[in-house]
Amino acid sequence: MAVAEQNTVGKLVRIAGPMIEADGMLGVQMGEILRVGKLGLMGEVIRIEGEKIYAQVFEPTDGMFLGEEVVATGLPLSVELGPGLLGATYDGIQRPLITLQQSSGDFIGRGLTAVALDREKKWAFTPTVSAGQEVSGGDVLGTTPETSVITHKILVPPRVSGKLEWVAPAGDYTVLEPIARLEGGRELTMMHPWPVKVPRPSAKILPPTEPFLTRQRVLDMLFPIAKGGSAIVPGGFGAGKTVVEQAMSKYCNAQVIVYVGCGERGNEMAEVLTEFPELIDPNTGDTLMNRTILVVNTSNMPVAARDASVYTGMTLAEYYRDQGLDVALMADSTSRWAEALREISSRLEEMPGEEGYPTYLSERISAFYERCGRVECLGSKAEGETPRIGSLTAVGAVSPPGGDYSEPVTQTSMRVSGALWALDSALAYRRHYPSVNWNKSFSLYFEGLKGWFDQNAPAGWLERRQQAASLLQRENELNDIVQLVGPDALQDQERLILDVSRMVRENFLQQNAFSDADASCDLDKMFGLIDSILVYYEECQKVLAREVPLTKINELTVREDLARLRDEPNEGFTEKKVRVVESVKKALSELEIK
Amino acid sequence: MSEQSNEMLHTQYWDLTYVSGPLAFLKNGDRFPTGAILDVHLPDGETRQGQILEATKTHAVLQILQGTRGVDVKGTSVSLRDDAAKIACTTDVIGRRFNGVGDPIDGLPPVVPEKELDILGSAINPVSRAAPNDFIETGVSAIDGFNTLVRGQKLPIFLGSGLPANELANLIVQNAGTKGDDEPFVVVFGAMGITARETQYFLRAFEEGGKGSQVVAFINQADDPAIERIFTPRCALTVAEYLAFEKNYQVLVVLTDLTNYCDALRQISSAREEIPGRRGYPGYMYTDLSTIYERAGRIRGLRGSVTQIPMLTMPDDDITHPIPDLTGYITEGQIVLSRPLHRQGVFPPVDLLPCLSRLMNNGIGKNRTQAWHREWSNQLYAAYAEGQRIRKLMAIVGEDALTELDRKYLKFTIAFEREMLGQGTTRRTIEDTFAIGWKLMGYLPKSELTRVKREVVDEFYKPLDDAGNPIEQTVAPLENAGERVGQ
Repeated sequence: MAVAEQNTVGKLVRIAGPMIEADGMLGVQMGEILRVGKLGLMGEVIRIEGEKIYAQVFEPTDGMFLGEEVVATGLPLSVELGPGLLGATYDGIQRPLITLQQSSGDFIGRGLTAVALDREKKWAFTPTVSAGQEVSGGDVLGTTPETSVITHKILVPPRVSGKLEWVAPAGDYTVLEPIARLEGGRELTMMHPWPVKVPRPSAKILPPTEPFLTRQRVLDMLFPIAKGGSAIVPGGFGAGKTVVEQAMSKYCNAQVIVYVGCGERGNEMAEVLTEFPELIDPNTGDTLMNRTILVVNTSNMPVAARDASVYTGMTLAEYYRDQGLDVALMADSTSRWAEALREISSRLEEMPGEEGYPTYLSERISAFYERCGRVECLGSKAEGETPRIGSLTAVGAVSPPGGDYSEPVTQTSMRVSGALWALDSALAYRRHYPSVNWNKSFSLYFEGLKGWFDQNAPAGWLERRQQAASLLQRENELNDIVQLVGPDALQDQERLILDVSRMVRENFLQQNAFSDADASCDLDKMFGLIDSILVYYEECQKVLAREVPLTKINELTVREDLARLRDEPNEGFTEKKVRVVESVKKALSELEIK
Repeated sequence: MSEQSNEMLHTQYWDLTYVSGPLAFLKNGDRFPTGAILDVHLPDGETRQGQILEATKTHAVLQILQGTRGVDVKGTSVSLRDDAAKIACTTDVIGRRFNGVGDPIDGLPPVVPEKELDILGSAINPVSRAAPNDFIETGVSAIDGFNTLVRGQKLPIFLGSGLPANELANLIVQNAGTKGDDEPFVVVFGAMGITARETQYFLRAFEEGGKGSQVVAFINQADDPAIERIFTPRCALTVAEYLAFEKNYQVLVVLTDLTNYCDALRQISSAREEIPGRRGYPGYMYTDLSTIYERAGRIRGLRGSVTQIPMLTMPDDDITHPIPDLTGYITEGQIVLSRPLHRQGVFPPVDLLPCLSRLMNNGIGKNRTQAWHREWSNQLYAAYAEGQRIRKLMAIVGEDALTELDRKYLKFTIAFEREMLGQGTTRRTIEDTFAIGWKLMGYLPKSELTRVKREVVDEFYKPLDDAGNPIEQTVAPLENAGERVGQ
């Protein structure tokens, strides 16, 4: 990164909400960070007109005078990458909120600066290279235990290479103390900066063939996505976007979660901050907070920082991907980011595209989702050594106005992401959660994941999945008939389909995020549940074939046992299920005899 | 006040060059900081207030609160009054009435401020927030049982014209402070563009309910300048935050009607010739509204709280209209009123299905209400939704085409609306609400109640016949039949 020899200093000539104009800024680059006014508010250059620049400011601009100084820093918007990120809570421009609280109290002041990584804290560094070795970007210099389960790999920054002249011995170092030196004198520390708007490079993109499991039945069974994939979750207010994103953050099989609260509620963030340190990650036994980084920019914080927050989150996620970890990025909500783009664009008096959004909206959204992927990480490797593989999966919430999916943000996101988990207000009104509409949702990853499920999921998974999907489709068709002529006009066979598909909806697709036993569902339980319902269906068909009326079947009390199966915990589920299925079969066969 | 502005204080400038709608343009745009409050001196001696919205080298945009009628570009002058819009804060405001920008209208002298605070406030640091979890018993079943309100929450009421939302709001106000503790409680009432009749209703109702002395009111009536409405909620919330976080009060803020607020916002936006968004409202309305709604909450280590009940009219009962839509995206749920229920004489006519309280889970459960509260609520919700679906179906295919089970759901639904929702103005404890819920579940067969744990159903379930009378059970039909498995 080029550092300006002397900082350009200009004067403020216009203030319009989150946007300012400054004169006398010749030589300043697009995307460069500025310090604006006496308070030194942080801003980013977004347009240059000769000596005049336009900038978006990440803090409230009220009370400033024209003529105040604007200082260019020579640097693009960057984040600090190094040990100490996990468990932290940052604002959109990577200032630790705890530090801000210490300096300005419970309300966020202005013009505060705070470094992202603790400068005092010592990390136990164990080198894995030695002097004389050639290294290049992405190579591991050493490791440090960041949390009890995550060993942080100290990487050579991308685009840096050379022969190691010196490597620090194992010991405790701060993020600023050099741990290695290249020939030519360049010192490497455990921390390096990276500009947020530049994707971090990787060696090779790999096909998405491993599932990103969320432990949510409707998602993993019907619309699974792959590690390195992306999904969007659009839904009107109250449809449960946030609950879905939070449930995923808690239970998904990623090792690191970056949760970006972009333009959303402060109280929700407070909930996460209260809850996560107490929750235990089922995969590791450590607290959830220790695998989570929160980037929080609530709706009442400045709009320009929303733009920064999604990129900050993405870059942090990429950094952990580069260490060979599976990372999930949750962005709640990308629509607020798009609205920030719209607001800035309108202040710039750009010609608007659809619904006032700037014409480059789709470019930005596409570029964002394209930063996902399962990759072979950058770094040299010895002959025969297996490459380090990391993945970055993104799930973006979308908040379509009025729940109307035809709006530009939903449409654009749908085009570039690989899966749509469409949340439906009508389902939410009936307290069918997660309110994922099975008719509208899709996943393009399923074909690529079939092989994995075939090998790793309980036997019969793909078949049962297909049967469940067909049943739900059949229900749709029958419901159209019922709407016209009433349920009385249906045959028992058809009524059975309605009855069983209702069981699929209520006992399988619905999942109670607030119940200890049900909130997180493993593949065995998932399969067991759908299998039990479908066995019931098959047995009932046999009974009906012997002309026993459906009303007789509906009187059976074992149906209730079937319905309550989902409240059984994952542990020991299969045995419970086998018992219930046996009793269902028995009860049904007894009907046959009578 | 900064040095630069100090010397300009009260100096008059004849800077006006252009007047349109609520706005005036000043030349020499670099004279005043953005957000500054100016006095506008009209030629006839009248003084109005204005705020600088935007500043450029050549001009500044001034928004004049009391309107621009009578303003000219020759004789009208401006002078700096304050760096930013501020409001006097002291506990003496409790019991007082102010206009929409904080001047007293109760005939009493202005309060002596302990502090003057910028009405824009600043964002609460998310790490300083305490997760809201204190249950507020509002005495309304639809809220307490199904969409629980907690301290620090923002829960709006979406109403249609002509629906009794004010009465519901009053019911909540009357009950909210009477939870079994002695925390000091105060209501901050912010009225934007409401009629004199509504103002009178609220003030009288607060008074009659014994809350009069605990109310701070900021009132901008329908005939007051529309631009002042931009300031009203911010004045109210600044006072609310002061009382909650500096004086340890439990503050309930009632704001009505946000639709008028948004219309004022649109008016200014269009006068500034900004690109309009949906229905002409500015594209930044979400952000603007969030700077109001997000000022609810609790702070770690402090006792006070700010709870908000904003009320807004859904134009044409349309919940997808930008105002309710953006509000719903910011607030923690919503209470929606229903016209059909109102026509049936159900009070409060709460349209339960689209209602939601996102923080409900924090306020209920073991040690707060009941361990099974969530399940109980889910069960009744699901049953009521099913009943609604069947009612629609019946309208098409007729009652004869329904199944036996469908009819039970229908009976349940009718009874639910009559008995659970239609409580009238009586205050119900949460225990009463629970008892009614369990009773109503009796209309349904026990096997349908799968959302509640079996032990809990066993404890509370009492079957009812179609007329709503308890069925005497000699043998519990479902209890002992069949072999129990899975236990």
